[in-house]
Amino acid sequence: MSQDPVTVLATPIRIDYEFTAGLAQSRYLKGIAEGRFLGQRCPKCGKVYVPPRGSCPTDGVPTTDEVVLGNTGIVTTYCVVNVPFQGQSIEIPYICAQILLDGANIAFMGLIQEIPTDEIRMGMRVEAVWVDKKDLGPTMASVKYFRPSGEPDAAYETFSEYL
Amino acid sequence: MSPRPVRPVAVVSFAQSKSMRREEHRNDVEMLQPVVADVFDKVGLTKDDMGFVCSGSCDYLVGAPFSFVGALDAVGAWPPMRESHVEMDGAWALYEAWIQLQEGDIDTALVYCFGRSSMSELGRVLTLQLDPYYVAPLWPDPVALAALQAQALIDAGTYREADFAAVAARSRRDAKNNPNAQVTGDHSAEELLGDDYVVAPLRRHALPPITDGAAAIILAAGDRAASLCEKPAWITGMDHRIETHSLGARDLTFSSSTRTAGEAAGISDGGRTSVDVAELHAPFAHQELILRDALGLADGVRINPSGGALAANGIMVAGLVRIGEAASRIMDGSAATALAHATSGPCLQQNLVCALAAEPAADGRA
Repeated sequence: MSQDPVTVLATPIRIDYEFTAGLAQSRYLKGIAEGRFLGQRCPKCGKVYVPPRGSCPTDGVPTTDEVVLGNTGIVTTYCVVNVPFQGQSIEIPYICAQILLDGANIAFMGLIQEIPTDEIRMGMRVEAVWVDKKDLGPTMASVKYFRPSGEPDAAYETFSEYL
Repeated sequence: MSPRPVRPVAVVSFAQSKSMRREEHRNDVEMLQPVVADVFDKVGLTKDDMGFVCSGSCDYLVGAPFSFVGALDAVGAWPPMRESHVEMDGAWALYEAWIQLQEGDIDTALVYCFGRSSMSELGRVLTLQLDPYYVAPLWPDPVALAALQAQALIDAGTYREADFAAVAARSRRDAKNNPNAQVTGDHSAEELLGDDYVVAPLRRHALPPITDGAAAIILAAGDRAASLCEKPAWITGMDHRIETHSLGARDLTFSSSTRTAGEAAGISDGGRTSVDVAELHAPFAHQELILRDALGLADGVRINPSGGALAANGIMVAGLVRIGEAASRIMDGSAATALAHATSGPCLQQNLVCALAAEPAADGRA
């Protein structure tokens, strides 16, 4: 028998999950399927979270008050992705941004398109571009991307709290 | 021996969710939040009163990395708090909180745990805790491993299948008085022996249910405990021990780690333990027999009045629930002394013993 050490041992592992989104996130995903963003407001601090997780991460109380958010928002911060990686579905370079939807108190991540990457900036106003109505579903793939809305940039003070 | 506790610390509040086979609608945070709110309400405290927060859960159960961080939304982590997490049953989170309280700079701690076993193939998830090179690739699930242990007991001539059935019959009967239990019923051991084998020699009744649930406890030290609760359940000692990872190297018929933990927690003496109530975390019926022998529980010790893990077995939860149930017997005045036990790993690999009493220990070490 060879004295060479065994250096590779394949032990395949697979586990299947049956995901439960939860009450708040189910509401959010159903909103997405209707082409709109639904947030939830904390009854204690008044902040609006999107996507909502059912509890205020600051106060630890249920967020029961539902809020319909706008289709537009502010780029609070961003990065330009220049690195290729396996499974990449978007042509590089592209912009990944934190977007503060109008009416929300927390930014979420979105793809920015329809703008040269060197023109993106903090405070830029953007709007969501959705897939065709017949293709809408309870998935984030329903939002194709965000693009500049053409509105004037937001003043730094209006979003500095969310950086 | 473990260092003796220097500061009296007590369980002053306990809350748990109803145990269920599948939480259909709520996510982890939504399942946990009402339990955390309940444990605070019982003593009129809020998260801002907590000196420390420690949780126990397992990301593999929901298949989401950092689900334990997301769960903090149920508490509210602002302003920033002193917080920790163990990828273990909440009983070990309580152990960490108890150690923190011994250091003396804080007086209160919140401990919580949650687990939704229904989202995964639980048997496969638990197999991933085994030796990844030589054992896990064979996918021996927890029932198969427990069956090996049960067969070893039978082969040793110590117990028979009827003894396993007697444990299950008593657990189900007791669980009828536990509004949070999942498996209840009034069947004799003889009737239960008519169940089919799942993996011989374990029949259906000898297995725990698959459970979704959450639980929380508040610990408080010294005068603070006495001011929060009429009858605090004082922790007079606590210890946990682990046995080798190699199943073949263990004597599966005897729990030496439980024996040692009981001695080190100061509640067992020479393999004998005398308390009013013992809540034993025995997911499989035969494991209760092994634990009883390891601790040397005296006749007359009331075992698992809650119904135990055969009635509800939330993974990452059932151990803390044992401490909560044992403490509740002290807090409601029905017991003066209690033992709570939690286990982790295959075939009772790791074991924790928590000694509880209505009075802090006389030498001040409670």
